[in-house]
Amino acid sequence: MEHEHIKCAGNCCGLCCTKIEDFGVMLGHVKIIENVNMHIHCGELTAIIGPNGAGKSTLLKAILGEYKHTGSLTYMDAKGEREGSPLIGYVPQHLDFDNGTPASVLDLFLSCNAKSPAFFRGSKKQKNRAKESLQRVNAEHLLHKRLGVLSGGELQRVLLALALDPIPDLLLLDEPVSGIDQKGLALFYKTLSDIKTQYDLTIILVSHDLALIKSHADRVMLLNKTVVCAGTPQEVFDNAKTSELFGLPVGPGKKEDSENA
Amino acid sequence: MLDFFYQLIGSIPFQWTEHTFMKNALLAIVLITPLFGLLGTMIVTNRMAFFSDSLGHGAFTGIAIGSLLGMAAPMAAAVIFSIIFAISITLIKHKSRSSTDTVIGVFSSLAIALGLVLLSAGGSFNKYSSYLIGDLLNIYPSEIVSLFFFFIGVIILWVLVFNKLLLVSINESLARSRGVKTLIIEMIFTATIAIIVTISIQWVGILIINSLLVLPAAAAKNVAGNVRQYTLFSVLFALVSGVCGLILSYYWGTATGATIVIVAGIIFLLSALIKRSR
Repeated sequence: MEHEHIKCAGNCCGLCCTKIEDFGVMLGHVKIIENVNMHIHCGELTAIIGPNGAGKSTLLKAILGEYKHTGSLTYMDAKGEREGSPLIGYVPQHLDFDNGTPASVLDLFLSCNAKSPAFFRGSKKQKNRAKESLQRVNAEHLLHKRLGVLSGGELQRVLLALALDPIPDLLLLDEPVSGIDQKGLALFYKTLSDIKTQYDLTIILVSHDLALIKSHADRVMLLNKTVVCAGTPQEVFDNAKTSELFGLPVGPGKKEDSENA
Repeated sequence: MLDFFYQLIGSIPFQWTEHTFMKNALLAIVLITPLFGLLGTMIVTNRMAFFSDSLGHGAFTGIAIGSLLGMAAPMAAAVIFSIIFAISITLIKHKSRSSTDTVIGVFSSLAIALGLVLLSAGGSFNKYSSYLIGDLLNIYPSEIVSLFFFFIGVIILWVLVFNKLLLVSINESLARSRGVKTLIIEMIFTATIAIIVTISIQWVGILIINSLLVLPAAAAKNVAGNVRQYTLFSVLFALVSGVCGLILSYYWGTATGATIVIVAGIIFLLSALIKRSR
């Protein structure tokens, strides 16, 4: 596997791939992350784990282009035809909006995808498009709900549906720390896996739930200002550095406590 | 063109419609309050009430500078200063890592102090005191015509930027990931507020102009379930407060702007009751 990878690193083996090379972010005078390298193929879910303040969300925001960064991000589709910046879908960690805001789920979709202002309610076509997007995550019943009344899990599914409309090359998710129960989280990961296979998506996910990552992620990257270790979930969780950083045993066969990770 | 509207208003069988100044004031209210309602919706959902208040203070300084320096066109000078003030405070808000509340507070107090110093420099502040409470009954027909064009301009702008503003109000990172240039959108928005506040200060007064921006939208937010209702209610509440306030102030002999705000405040209280009972 490793050998194969080196052999065709140049053309990504005919798979679409995203390369992050030598990423670094400074905020003010503080170095948040440096020397981050990633090479991801589509159809892969890469989970980024790390302690609080490791720069996980910062890395996502740098990929989004929100923070200035050093290094480069290159994307190439499967046929090697389209290069350059990928179309990115983003699911934020939390919305931080006024709970009483009158915007409905439909308004949110219209504000992203419709040309006419959302107070015109959009055309039938726009409405159907929003409905179809919500169907992907089994949330079409939420179309006319106000954002403020959605539960944490519902809101996250709505945001996922929005990030998938249009289908992106690269899907970035910042997993919420609070507001979603374990059952909702498991359902969310299941949906994510299905969507990954169905659309052959490249997914980068910042996560705090080691148990769920173990069963759903294809690759894991442990970040603490820079990449501490990366590989399959098994490789990373067996690594001594991982247990050290998280202060708990996460080896195979042990029942890990994923809370507060 | 105005004659037609004068006759229209004159045909309303009440005593107040006989006066030309009331007709002018009514036309101005019909043009300007819907704009306050529209802009207010995004001020309220973006939690910018304090920010828009400081824009009012910046506009006051603008007027002071305008009336001292730009003798030929004080209003133009005032509008230009207010736009610069609005854009720089938006920039600082973006760059600064300290609390936005403090940044806005500092600039707001500096602006109002500078305005007061400039206007009181000759020892004759009294002739400017109308800026504090405003005088809507002193509006000229030519100003109504300009207001009309301004009204059209803001409506067009609103249709163009509304979705982007809405998305920014929900989540800035999400908006950016959708290709929204958040800083530019925010600047366009604050500059528009600055313009409308600057030109309305002489009619409404600096002390209460922010309430006109915030109250109708805040009331609409209490009763709306989507952004269409939000926009419609906000415009309607602003318009109703404006017209009722004008008529009441005529019979009570009170300051028009303040009376409008009281009506808007009552609407807000009613909306809060409706919200609680739901």
